[in-house]
Parts: sequence; structure tokens; C-alpha cells
Amino acid sequence: MHTLGEIVLLSLAVSLSAVLFAALIGLPLGAAIAVGRFPGRRALIVLLNALMGLPPVVVGLLVYLLLSRAGPLGELGLLFTPPAMVVAQTILVLPIIAALCRQSVEDAWVEYEEQLRSLGAHGLRAALTLVWDIRFSLVTAVLAGLGRALAEVGAVIIVGGNIDGVTRVMTTTIALETSKGDLPLALSLGFILIALVILLNAAAHLIKEAAQRRYG
Amino acid sequence: MSATHGILPLALREVRFSAGGRSIIDGISAEIAPGPATIILGANGAGKSVLMRLMHGLLQPTSGRISWHLPGEERVRRGQAMVFQRPVLLRRSALANILYALDLARVPAAERERQAMDALREVGLADVAHRPARVLSGGEQQRLALARAWALHPEVLFLDEPTANLDPGAAREIENVIKAFDASGTKIVMSTHNLGQARRLGDEVLFIHQGRLAERAPVEVFFRQPASAEAAAFIKGETPWA
Repeated sequence: MHTLGEIVLLSLAVSLSAVLFAALIGLPLGAAIAVGRFPGRRALIVLLNALMGLPPVVVGLLVYLLLSRAGPLGELGLLFTPPAMVVAQTILVLPIIAALCRQSVEDAWVEYEEQLRSLGAHGLRAALTLVWDIRFSLVTAVLAGLGRALAEVGAVIIVGGNIDGVTRVMTTTIALETSKGDLPLALSLGFILIALVILLNAAAHLIKEAAQRRYG
Repeated sequence: MSATHGILPLALREVRFSAGGRSIIDGISAEIAPGPATIILGANGAGKSVLMRLMHGLLQPTSGRISWHLPGEERVRRGQAMVFQRPVLLRRSALANILYALDLARVPAAERERQAMDALREVGLADVAHRPARVLSGGEQQRLALARAWALHPEVLFLDEPTANLDPGAAREIENVIKAFDASGTKIVMSTHNLGQARRLGDEVLFIHQGRLAERAPVEVFFRQPASAEAAAFIKGETPWA
């Protein structure tokens, strides 16, 4: 078995990458839905909110089918590699970040709309202005995504395969060691996982608070 | 700097606006000409704010027509600015708030900083140019909103109860900036329910009552001898429907 450190680092690398990609797509997407007016918008919002509760095993299964040798993206040879885990977690986290961002931007739009329209800011420009202006509130949306990614086991275990030293992360190790009966190891990994999540949230919260004091 | 866009006069013809089945503006016709500072006076709920938003183009009339002297949506939009009751400022420095507006108005990048600093000096905020806008006091925030409008050199400036949330001292400072706007040749269209302010800043009064234009008169005439019973009652501090 590989060292604990490597497992923790791989967990962080996979989940942080997934959250980065999900934020890059989800924040503009959420803002566009908040500011845009198009047919099917309400249905899209309901769908997006529903997808926040996407079951990780189902996402894992879908990505597995996509990436398996016979699947449409099988030729990439990504199955049972960390990139496959990043893809699965990105899909899992994307609706969370997009839906929470949509809500925040829409609340801000109520306050800013008349002023921005008066100044001549429309569409994409208005959306980007809003996202930048409420950037400290959006930290919460991104954190919610990170918490989800770090904590889930269903998706990564299916597409990663829990291969020792290659795709084994904290949650899959906990699942494995628990079933093997090595409860002390499973439990200590569990504590590390919780401590990490608390640490990341605390850091983000402090940054947000300092920024809000500074910028109002 | 005097504005020479030439989008005035603004003509309203039988303008109506209703929302949620309730009539808010009920057939107003008027011409807003360059020159005299126009005060839109009326009680709370008379429709002043909605009328201002219709004129500024933030709302579309349910029926009737609002037309500027010059056609061309872009030119008409840039010929006007609006200051709201509660200023909406972005979470960036005071200076950056004005630069943002100048960028949207397609002012060349090289000129933005100078124009923005000129505007901040005009309202007495040059020394807080680099402070975050959202941590300024209420009066300073409203002055910054005025500076943002000033930098755009609008031909028409709409002000929707700009001092309603401010203490008397801060309100005086705002009034001084509005006077400077007026002196620079910008057409002032301001809504208020403050009679003293209407007298101090206005040349003519449009008195709005229940969504209709009840009376239009020069300020002295309006206050000395109001023609309509509603206006007379409003000036007396009474409300005819009470």
C-alpha cells in the first residue's frame, strides 16, 4: 500500500481540478441563466437545481460507459486513470456551482439592473460585471462544490477503479479498508478528510471576510 | 462642458403604463424642452419614479409614445444619465466606478482617467478616488453617483429623489452638485416630494397626481397660485384623498 500522503495528495489534485473546471464552466453558465431571458429558462433552472442532487454512482456509471473500451470516448484510454475521475467529479460539481451562482447573480441583478442598463451594460457584459462584483459570495458556491467532490466515493470508485498507487483516493481507501476490517486506518483517513474540508472552508471564509471588510 | 448632442426636446404623447393590472401612469402628454430645470412633484405613489423610468427608457409604455428629437437609440442613450434614489456602486474604487461608466460609453482609454478625476473633483471626492466605493458614506456614495453621471457629460440628467435617504447636510451637498450641473447647461429632470428642494432647484414644476399630469407651471407661479385643487392641497401639506 502506498503512503497516506500520496493518497491525500491525489484526492486533493483530483477534486481541486474538477472544481476548477466546473467553476470555469459553471460560473459563466449560472450568470448567463440569471441575466438571460429565453424560452425554457424556468425549466432549465428547475433542472439545474435538481441536478445538484445528482447521485455520484449514476454519474460514475455514465462516465464509465462513455470512457469504456466500447464507449464513444473509449479510444482516449482514460478509464481507470485520474483524468477520468476529474471528468466524473466535474460533471457532479458543475450543477452545484452553476445553480448556486445563478441564484446569487439573480439576487444581485435585482439590485443592479436599472443602474447597469442606464449605463448601457447589457447581456454578457452585464453578467461578467455582476459575477466580478459578487465574487466573494461566489466563493461559497465553489466551496460547496469542493466539499461535494472531496466527499464523494461513488463516482471515483467506478471510473477510477480504486487502483493502489494510481487512482486510490481518501474516500475509496476508507471504503476499502472498512470492508477489509482495518478500521483504525479507515477512521484516521476519515479524520484527515474532515480536517481538510474544515481547513479549506475556514481559509476561504477568512479571505471572504477580509475582502468584504475591504471592499464593502 | 456644455452638451451639444441635441436629443431634446423629449415628447410624451398619451403615455400610459400599467403593471399587474394596475394603472400607474394614466395618459400623460408633455414636452420636455432644453433649458429650465424641470421638477416632477407629487406625493408618494403618484407615479413620479415610473414616469422618470419611462422617459429614461428603463420601462416601455403600455401605450402612447415617447420620442426624442433625434432618432438613433445609441445616441439617445448616451445623451442621458440617471441618478437613482439609492446609488448602485460596484465593489471597486470610486475612480474605477467612473472609469467603468466611461468604458461603456466608449470614451477612449487615454481620456478616461482625466475625465473621471475631473468629475471627482467637481463633486469634492478627489481625495477618496482610490477608496472602495461601497465603504463611502451615504452622502459620498450619492455624490459619486453624480460624479459618474457628470463624467458622461449628458445632455439630460434624470434624478429620482436623489436626497430622499440623506441627512440635511448631505442633501445640501447633493443640491450644490445639481446646481452645478444646471449651470453647465445640462437639462435637469428631477423627481421629489420635497417642496423646499423643488423651490431651490427648479424652474418649472410638473405636478403628478394619481398617474396624471395635474398641473404644469413655472416654480413661482406654482407655489404662489396653484391652478389645481390637488396641487393647492399638496402644497398645504394636505392630501386630497385623505
